[in-house]
Amino acid sequence: MIANLGSPLSAALALLCAWVVIGLAGLLRPMSLVFAGRTLFPLGAACGLALALAALLGIAAPTAHLTLPIGLPDLPMHVRCDALSCVFLCILGATSAGVSLFGAGYFRSGQGAPPGLLCLQYHLFLASMGFVLLADDAYGFMVAWETMALSSYFLVTTQHRIEEIRRAGFLYLLMAHLGAIAILLCFGVLQGGSWQFSFDAMRSAQLSPPRAGVALLLALVGFGAKAGLVPLHVWLPEAHPAAPSPVSALMSGVMLKVAVYGMLRVAFDLLGGPLWWWGLLPVSLGLFTALYGIVFAAAQTDMKRLLAYSSVKNIGILFTGIGLAIVFHGVGRPQLAALALVAVLYHSVNHAFMKSLLFLGTGVVLHSTGERNLGRLGGLIHRMPWVAWLTLVGTLAIAGLPPLNGFVSEWLLLQAFLFAFEVPHTFVNMLLPLGAGLVALTGALSGYVMVKFFGVVFLGKPREAAAAPAHDAGSLERGGLLWLASGCVILGLLPAQIVPVLARVAEQLHVGRLLPNGAPWWMLVPLQGRQASYAPLVFSCAVVAVVLLTIWVVRLLYHQRIRRVAPWDCGFGRLDARMQDTAEGFGQPIRHLFEPFFAMQRQLPSPFDPAPRYRVVIGDRIWNAAYAPLGALVQRIADAFAALQQGRIASYLLYGFITLIVLLALVL
Amino acid sequence: MTAQPFVLQILNALAALLLLLSFAMLAQRRVVTLVNLLALQGAVLCAATLLLAWRTGEAHLYFSAALTLCLKVAFLPWLLHRLIRRLGVYWDTDTLLDTTGTMLVGLLVVVFAFGLAQPISALASTATRSAVGIAVAVILLAFLTMITRRKAMSQVVGFLSMENGLFFGAMSATYGMPMIVELGVALDVLVAMLVLGVFFFQIREQFDSLDLEHLQSLKEDR
Repeated sequence: MIANLGSPLSAALALLCAWVVIGLAGLLRPMSLVFAGRTLFPLGAACGLALALAALLGIAAPTAHLTLPIGLPDLPMHVRCDALSCVFLCILGATSAGVSLFGAGYFRSGQGAPPGLLCLQYHLFLASMGFVLLADDAYGFMVAWETMALSSYFLVTTQHRIEEIRRAGFLYLLMAHLGAIAILLCFGVLQGGSWQFSFDAMRSAQLSPPRAGVALLLALVGFGAKAGLVPLHVWLPEAHPAAPSPVSALMSGVMLKVAVYGMLRVAFDLLGGPLWWWGLLPVSLGLFTALYGIVFAAAQTDMKRLLAYSSVKNIGILFTGIGLAIVFHGVGRPQLAALALVAVLYHSVNHAFMKSLLFLGTGVVLHSTGERNLGRLGGLIHRMPWVAWLTLVGTLAIAGLPPLNGFVSEWLLLQAFLFAFEVPHTFVNMLLPLGAGLVALTGALSGYVMVKFFGVVFLGKPREAAAAPAHDAGSLERGGLLWLASGCVILGLLPAQIVPVLARVAEQLHVGRLLPNGAPWWMLVPLQGRQASYAPLVFSCAVVAVVLLTIWVVRLLYHQRIRRVAPWDCGFGRLDARMQDTAEGFGQPIRHLFEPFFAMQRQLPSPFDPAPRYRVVIGDRIWNAAYAPLGALVQRIADAFAALQQGRIASYLLYGFITLIVLLALVL
Repeated sequence: MTAQPFVLQILNALAALLLLLSFAMLAQRRVVTLVNLLALQGAVLCAATLLLAWRTGEAHLYFSAALTLCLKVAFLPWLLHRLIRRLGVYWDTDTLLDTTGTMLVGLLVVVFAFGLAQPISALASTATRSAVGIAVAVILLAFLTMITRRKAMSQVVGFLSMENGLFFGAMSATYGMPMIVELGVALDVLVAMLVLGVFFFQIREQFDSLDLEHLQSLKEDR
């Protein structure tokens, strides 16, 4: 079937191929930073922008199919573009446009892999994510999925000369492969005995409920491992700090969303109708993940690890929403199911923007100070105002404060949660609304974490001399940050326009539809009956008015002069920059409240120690309880097998001989 | 036992000769003699193939015989002799067992091989099916030769002898493999031989000896 070239599907395919070509072009002059940075990365950004536009048009367009003449002999590659794919393609395109523009100015020479190679890996990563979103058969999906895992592995280990980064990369690759095996098995179950691996065959396969349940469970494990669902989250806080910042931005902002896409695709498209109570597992796992992630984020002292744990929290929120949509769908509440699904999609878009923005912000800080440790930063708002103010937008958004986008999606999810009493099953309808409380708690903690992040990095005074001569971002970097920050603002101000677009996905997947409710264009009313509504424009106008009024009043009443003086030292007489609230100090109450979450080792100095040192190491209990023993077991087994390695050819031949004899004896 | 045609009796005698030569190789310590024995084994194989070709009238068996003659009787032994002269390896020693022990294990292996070959020869429809057991025994004895030797040279000889056994097995069970497979195997053996020849020089250069014990130092230390 040949689609016309103007259709969103062929446009998206052409743009993905353009990404591959741009990546390959990087190999023409592999050592040239200028060529990769000033030519190829901006080109990639333009492709991203075009992809976002094409996908935006594609959401409204009917579903398009295409069979590509590549692939295995009997199994050509199918691609398909429906509203769900388009929403995520839009995320991919829009986010990568900002990140690529930023990356054009970010990568410096002499850091690990040569720029041309980096350019290839980066654009292959982008293109493979796009192909995952378009694939319409298990084969194409897995090929693109693995390409995504491998290219991102090489990006994570860009600075492969550092032992720690190699370790992080290995852990990431290991978890990615475990996830991929689960996904492969999931497809194996989904084909339901027809042995046809196109998604169309899976849609029409009639699965018995136990088989479908197993498929959903496998999908949860596979996509959860990629997304960072607790207890499969361990790679996330290791890999994100190891990768260069634009790569962390893409991995956290887009790749995790691709995993969410996979989960949605399996749960609502391939898997006919899941039973309602299967949704309870994603809900409970998601809520636990959200709480776990944000509590760990509060305890971190490395700014990129902090953001990585915050991503874990957001993934938890997303999976909670998915589970909720399954529950509502299963009990026959299509409107609520659609609401939950829209909340998931909206939050995916939002998180892509805000988390990329924050990771890029940390990238600039890291470049100009060489420091990731929060304890050595501080006061950067004076040195890098652009980065500080744009990052502030991101922190406010991710903290879920109203005029910005983070609030909208969490609010939508809360609305869906508050209607959970309509589930016609006792206990469940009493327990589910409690989840709303947990979501609100994680939202509040998220605000706490972001205050810590922004306050310690940008406010106060520089804690170390190294942070003092920091310089602001370059113009290309600023452009990338500005694009993402304005995305956060627009997504926050125009939810009433965006929600109906996203609702098309729910309609097309037959999950349910949001009924038109006659609300004015500036007001978001998710459900009918005026139970709740939100008017972001009015709200933000009020906020701006109050702020301006306050400034004006203060100026009017006060002496209208700004004085810069040293802070009052209470007569102590010897204040220095280290006497500020630290990241450890700020996280201490959370560490104290949620102590069972952490495996903490503390060394407290004695009061009489002339050179006191305070040390705290925060470990992950899940790592200690599950991963460490498993790793030790594998190591022991491997060591036992290593005894076979003698170094003598005669022994090796003897092994072969004995094996041959045993096999022959078995035949006999 | 029913009386067999004269040609088949000669074939069986040649098969027995092959087995005898395998034992001789298992016991032989001098590398030069080992290569000579290998050439002799090749010659016996060639004769058996010719005889079978004449009896069955299969044209491709003549070709196999010619191939065997060129490769296993003439070229490879010549190459090995040249290598021996240039590398100066004339003697080998046992690694695992002494000669007597090796011969005893060899006897057990032959018994096993014959037991193994019984169902196969029952299935085969060829006139030479009784020789399948001998072919398997030749393969296993050649394997044993490789295991018990210390020098790289003897292991190559064992490897080639194993190939002889395979060839004989295929011939007696199904009147030879398809021509294309046979050509492929012959080419493989040739290439393997050439590659190994290069390896010998590399090994000697690295360790000043062809003694494979030295390769133990390549093992990963823990």
